[in-house]
Amino acid sequence: MTWNGWAQIALVLALAVAMAIPLGRYTAAVAHGRLGFLAPVETLIYRAAGIDPKRGMGWRSYTLAMLAANAAGFALLYALLRLQGGLPLNPQGFDGLSPWLAFNTTASFISNTNWQAYSGEAALSYLSQMAGLAVQNFLSAATGIALAFAVCRAFASGGVSQLGNFWADLVRICLYLLLPLSLVFGLAFVALGVPQTLSPYVEARTLEGATQLIPLGPAAFQIAIKHLGTNGGGFFGVNSLHPFEGPDAIATALQIIAQQVIPFSLAITFGHLVGDRRQGRALLAVMLGYVVVATGLIYAAEAGGNPLHLALGIDPTQGNMEGKDLRFGLPLVALFSATTTGASCGAVNAMFDSFTPLGGLIPLFLIQLGEVLPGGVGSGLYGMLVFALLAVFVAGLMVGRTPEYLGKKVQAREIKLAMLAVLVLPATILGFASLSVALPAAIASIPAQGPHGLTEMLYAFSSAAGNNGSAFGGLAADTPWLDTTLGIAMLLGRFAYVVPVMGIAGALALKPKLAASTGTFPTHGPLFAGLLAGVILILGGLQFMPALALGPLAEHFVLAAGRSF
Amino acid sequence: MIAILRPALAVVGLLTLLLGLAVPLGFTGLAGTLFPTAAGGSLIERDGKVVGSALIGQDFTADRYFHPRPSATTAPDPEKPGSTIAAPYNAAASAASQAAPTSQALLEAVKERQAVLGGGAVPADAVTASGSGLDPHISPENAGRQVARVAAARGLPAAQVAALVERQTEGRELGLLGERRVNVLRLNLALDALR
Repeated sequence: MTWNGWAQIALVLALAVAMAIPLGRYTAAVAHGRLGFLAPVETLIYRAAGIDPKRGMGWRSYTLAMLAANAAGFALLYALLRLQGGLPLNPQGFDGLSPWLAFNTTASFISNTNWQAYSGEAALSYLSQMAGLAVQNFLSAATGIALAFAVCRAFASGGVSQLGNFWADLVRICLYLLLPLSLVFGLAFVALGVPQTLSPYVEARTLEGATQLIPLGPAAFQIAIKHLGTNGGGFFGVNSLHPFEGPDAIATALQIIAQQVIPFSLAITFGHLVGDRRQGRALLAVMLGYVVVATGLIYAAEAGGNPLHLALGIDPTQGNMEGKDLRFGLPLVALFSATTTGASCGAVNAMFDSFTPLGGLIPLFLIQLGEVLPGGVGSGLYGMLVFALLAVFVAGLMVGRTPEYLGKKVQAREIKLAMLAVLVLPATILGFASLSVALPAAIASIPAQGPHGLTEMLYAFSSAAGNNGSAFGGLAADTPWLDTTLGIAMLLGRFAYVVPVMGIAGALALKPKLAASTGTFPTHGPLFAGLLAGVILILGGLQFMPALALGPLAEHFVLAAGRSF
Repeated sequence: MIAILRPALAVVGLLTLLLGLAVPLGFTGLAGTLFPTAAGGSLIERDGKVVGSALIGQDFTADRYFHPRPSATTAPDPEKPGSTIAAPYNAAASAASQAAPTSQALLEAVKERQAVLGGGAVPADAVTASGSGLDPHISPENAGRQVARVAAARGLPAAQVAALVERQTEGRELGLLGERRVNVLRLNLALDALR
């Protein structure tokens, strides 16, 4: 680790936070429907769809509308992927995807997971990328943010049954928040070297006389929303590592900022919406604290290098370089890796499968903690609020008082629903992963020997259920078993989680908002932030410790003992 | 049911037309106008023919050229359908080795590459496969290790080749971000241009 490295990390984080604060205020205006510079487009959509944007919805209608929109998106994307062979904008003449790969990819993009069982440049037409994947990048991100708006509204006032209009939220988030940001970031990416063209792939004659087929495509715009929406599905197979997707260190720094800025800003938006900005800042502080610690741990582990290689006398200066490109440097690789897994993005600028065991443990653990640090757009905030409810409940148990959060009494029903939501992740991850290391058909997908093989399988289901999408890429994931089970895990991680959360929002919205009294536990200070960080670690992380001990931790000790497989 | 399906289909359909066709097509036109080279893949031409992209590494094996980092990309095996063969710098299918840190195969490969470079404290980027399989860069130290070989193969003084490497070395961006590096394709083009 070097001072220059930490300066890079500090600069990028500072820029992300500096952008998040005004953006959080702006997003609150989006939630209130106060913006109108695209009013003609907005009105046109409402009219064609027969929507009255002013009509409020209860938690059930809001959730149903969300599910209907996602079902429509599912049908459209699945059809596009299956039929791309006969559709236009397919200069390389790719065939439609197999049914299970199309199911997996669709589930993945609907649920904001963006797991890549496909390789973009080798399988997808420009139309599938542009009108299929990129559109779901917008819609799944807007879905998450809309749900977060609904949950915020439940805390904002007392005795209400309505949480807003899902359709209006969805359209406004797309038009006023995601679209302008994507255009700005997209142009910056083009300027730095990311292609944006409909021309077919180019055949180059290399200096040594060989031919090299160079893939192109309308990549820059899609890559902008891929990061801003914490989607993470790459235009190219190796994602942000591809020199066209991450052309240099500035581009990778901008991608880190793009991943962080909306999740961070939503904490600020939350403060604005509930009328107490300190509440938002407390959540942001917890998110930021975890990102910094995780970055430091990855940085230290990777800079330390691979002991087996160092024993051969390889120069230790660069650290562990297998699976990494040179141009980003380790500090931005570490920050990107902590961000992409903490923020439920899943884009990568280095291959986790070749990280040192402890370097790979951190991204895995960040996903397992529940994707709230800062979490996906929207999903990070509502996930964090679930943990906040559990934190005040734990605090209430300690002092023997009925817990309150933001003037809302937290009672048995909310805690039951919160625990139900929190249990979706470990049940899905550990259930499917244990099944998959027992079934011979699934074990055949694991290439690595030794404890690393278990980590690869555990990571796949953590990534799917956590709606992350990054991978220990050695796993041969495009098989009927894994395509299907991972697809189901993605849908459970998204929708089985969100229904109880909306149930909590519905129940809390109805409750009166109590004024703070001298007995109220303040939820904006360092004491609460520390408690919240601890609850996330214990309730989110503890159940994974046995699996982690058998995977990455075992591998760490085996590696230190000089063994290879 | 109809009451909920109509808005779902209409909203998703219209947003697809807007965000999936109208905006990206307009954006493609704008990008091509503002940044024609970058939007088109940063292609490099020599004598009117495309020789590669400044951003995409390519394979060099001759002694007279600087060699890039090891690449783990593959291509379909023409003799055995369904399996693949090693094809370094196959830009049509970016890929990494995905080797585990405890991988014996990786350890053997590192040993072998280290021996080719004369053994000892070789830079890590020279003995490990990049993540994209298309890394266009090597470290200045890696290039330095190859100067004698290239100079001998071309009959040039080593000092001249070393000076060229020095000129082709790019610093950290904004003086802060990333790593010092040498673009192998640009370096080799500059070498060819020396004569």
